[in-house]
Amino acid sequence: MSRHDITLRINGRRCSASVEARTTLIDFLRDGLDLTGSHVGCEQGVCGACSVLLDGEPVRSCLMFAVQADGRGVVTVEGLGDGGGLSVLQDAFWETHGLQCGYCTPGMLIAAEALLRGNPNPDDDDIREAIAGNICRCTGYGQIIDAVRLAAARLNQRAGT
Amino acid sequence: MTGFRYIGRKRRTHEDRRFVAGRGTFAADVRRPGMAHLAVLACPHPAATILSIDASQALSMPGVLAVITGEDIAAAVGSLRHGLELPGIGWYPLAVRQARYAGEWVAAVVAEDRYVAEDAVEHVQVAYRPLPFVVDPEEAVGGDSPPVHAEHGSNVVFRRTFTWGPVADVFAEAPRSLSYRVRWNRSATVPIETFGVVAEWDPGRGILDVWASIQMPKYAEQLAGALRLPDNAVRAHFDIDVGGSYGVKRGIRQSILAAHAAMTVGRPVRFLEDRLENMSGGDAHGPDRIFDVSMAYDEGGRVRAMRMRALDDVGVYPGRAPLQLGKPVGAIVGPYGIGAVEYEAISVTTNKTSQVAVRGFGQAPTNYAIETGMDKVARALGLPRDEVRLRNYIRSFPHRIPSGTEYDSGDFPGVHGDVQALVDWPALLARRDALRAAGRPAGVGFAACLEPSGGNSAFEPLFNPANDTTTWMESAQVKVGLDGSVTVVMATSTSGQGHETLAATIAGEVLERDPDTIRVVHADSLAGLPTNSPVGSRMAIMLGGAVAGAARTVRARMISIAAHDMGVPEAEVGYADGTFRCGGGERDWRDIVLIAHRRYHRLPGGEPGLQALHVLEVPNGGGLPTADGRVQMYPCYAFEAHVALVSLDPVTGKPTVERYAVGHDCGTVINPDIVHGMIRGGVAHGIGAALYERFRFGGDGQHLSGSLTDYLLPSAFEVPEIGICERHTPSPHTSHGQKGAGEAGYLGAPAAIASAVNDALEPFGGELLALPMTMCDIRAALDREPEPVP
Repeated sequence: MSRHDITLRINGRRCSASVEARTTLIDFLRDGLDLTGSHVGCEQGVCGACSVLLDGEPVRSCLMFAVQADGRGVVTVEGLGDGGGLSVLQDAFWETHGLQCGYCTPGMLIAAEALLRGNPNPDDDDIREAIAGNICRCTGYGQIIDAVRLAAARLNQRAGT
Repeated sequence: MTGFRYIGRKRRTHEDRRFVAGRGTFAADVRRPGMAHLAVLACPHPAATILSIDASQALSMPGVLAVITGEDIAAAVGSLRHGLELPGIGWYPLAVRQARYAGEWVAAVVAEDRYVAEDAVEHVQVAYRPLPFVVDPEEAVGGDSPPVHAEHGSNVVFRRTFTWGPVADVFAEAPRSLSYRVRWNRSATVPIETFGVVAEWDPGRGILDVWASIQMPKYAEQLAGALRLPDNAVRAHFDIDVGGSYGVKRGIRQSILAAHAAMTVGRPVRFLEDRLENMSGGDAHGPDRIFDVSMAYDEGGRVRAMRMRALDDVGVYPGRAPLQLGKPVGAIVGPYGIGAVEYEAISVTTNKTSQVAVRGFGQAPTNYAIETGMDKVARALGLPRDEVRLRNYIRSFPHRIPSGTEYDSGDFPGVHGDVQALVDWPALLARRDALRAAGRPAGVGFAACLEPSGGNSAFEPLFNPANDTTTWMESAQVKVGLDGSVTVVMATSTSGQGHETLAATIAGEVLERDPDTIRVVHADSLAGLPTNSPVGSRMAIMLGGAVAGAARTVRARMISIAAHDMGVPEAEVGYADGTFRCGGGERDWRDIVLIAHRRYHRLPGGEPGLQALHVLEVPNGGGLPTADGRVQMYPCYAFEAHVALVSLDPVTGKPTVERYAVGHDCGTVINPDIVHGMIRGGVAHGIGAALYERFRFGGDGQHLSGSLTDYLLPSAFEVPEIGICERHTPSPHTSHGQKGAGEAGYLGAPAAIASAVNDALEPFGGELLALPMTMCDIRAALDREPEPVP
């Protein structure tokens, strides 16, 4: 199996590694780098539990090879925090109990983060659309939508808008 | 719900902090030194004799450590246990000499990494001789069917008719009756995390350590039994976060396989099911039932008696699945005052994936069958469907139903009225009519049901006389440390139910300490006390009750110490907010803690330190069934009334849930966000069961739903905002009046959605009597020619 040297930025840090061509990005993150916050759910791009930001866009890390991330920037749930604490979005999920078992939560946070970066004032339909590619079996989505709405309001308040 | 300091208040959960930070510890996150990886090979035939397995090529591959076959494992471990006595139905982690469903695991490869293990699986050569098979449960019941387990002699593994009350007389005398058949097709909970396990054998200590995504009663004991180890040689680590379960994370086969592999290769072994392995060969499929129901009723719409025959396809290895026909005995009349019931329960094996426990343990399909009848009675009489429910509700408590269970408390008409007010029922009907007038088929659905909660296992002796289990205890320890901080030790794992929050809230309430300062830990199976795991909607009642019991003991002990130290009678010592007072004297929390931990000379004798254990028996339980099958099933009965407005695309049949609301009464609510989340999640799950989710099998015995593109889970597009209104009728049987809340949404939503779809189809003369009602089914029903008026 051929190996490839790759260099990428993960959660703001430069990282170099040698990976097999067939190693998926999620396996590289979890097993190669011990970033176990991103989860494996379906391994075919349906559930969204493995979502990460790739150069700012949400992608399924189960549908990418690690070598495809060479030279790119990856953000995982571990990189969302705010100076070691929780980000406003993470805190809002906690506040509304926008989760139960916590398994889909990292992917859900990534989807919501991508939404809020592009649209600081989403309405509920925008939020539903943004998270519709992420399946949650616990919550029925209601308290997740509450969380994203709350985070948007707090971020806007912080920005003084 | 007044008078509580922490209970019922909006408070952040304990668990969510780690999950939003990506710092949960799931089974797949466990790393052990030298850990090897396991992958399985699945049989492609629905039934086949295994002629030979040639592992030589796989074993020659670099990195492959071992190949394990069914014969290997059957020589080393005992059969898994079923819930019934089923001679001739051996059950092992891998097929032994014969495979009995497409997807059954026949061999396992252990390798240095998972990629290598999966490569090597493809090089294990198995020769099969296909055998006749059966996938249709009605065919399987018949004498001509191919046998699923030839040694057992019959595909029927359970059949009993219960008669509670004068059913035949009531049917003979009732002015009206009707009969119908409904089908609950195979679906389940399908957590986003598949099952995962890491097993490690420590030969020095003689202990098997297991980290698993588990929600299973007596997990460690079952594992030990199969591995022929004493119970105290298996240490299950219950501090592993479980990524959703809702009943299905049983994992005994997978854990035995990983443990056997670990002992074989002398290294820790990890087995993480992939999605296909999980959905075809893992613990994934739920009840699969055909109901034939008759109701005898009067001109006023009051149902006097019911006959129900439930044929349940349990798949290949019965396990505990037949017992899922047993639990509904405890709520066989739903929330209605039906006076006499005949219930025939039949479990049949087929060459399909085994059925496992699913949220509600069989109650959701039964509720759907009962609620369908309520709608039919209403239609037959030209009465509103909600009115028929109102006329049938049980109104005084406690109330003993014909099958022997006493319902504890409730206000069914009150909750019914609440939810109708929440949605503005007349306005909702008007909105339906407006949609119809605009050319869009639309219907309003109503369903009422109970959530039996506090789970014990009374269905075990009911269905299996050889099993006289009458306790289904749960345990907790509360201890106060040297610095005065409080720790609660619970004895099982959590799969999203918020047990740490529950335990801390109740301990805080009793001890009058801020729950945020209370630590809750999950003991492993050797360190912990007896548990039966978080099944049967039981933990608010059972863990909550055990924590309350232990905390009350600690509180009483602290009062006793304070009284002794102040030289006053205990009865005169008051405790509030961390201070013990009597007359002008007082001692604070820290004083008492230091006396207990350091100053035996100031203790009134007894045990030093501050700690208490409490093992709680299920309230109102403990009895065996009568000869005619009457038994107290669960102790507490939560009630909910569901309302749905569903519209249908007139061209494609695509359903849209336009409005959904639940009136809910689970007694005292411990944490509102947790209860609301459970209701909403359960409704979402019920919407899935009603409209989208189905494990399909082809006539060739192949499973057709092994991926999330074939088995459709509702997304944020399919689940609408879910309105909730609450009453809090306390249970007399629990520490703070609480009942269970983990199943409510799922137990009523399928029936409510079905009711709405059929209301929408009624003008077209269509009716669907099987779940899920897929877009194709709805489209076909809309196309049907209107029935000629007789």
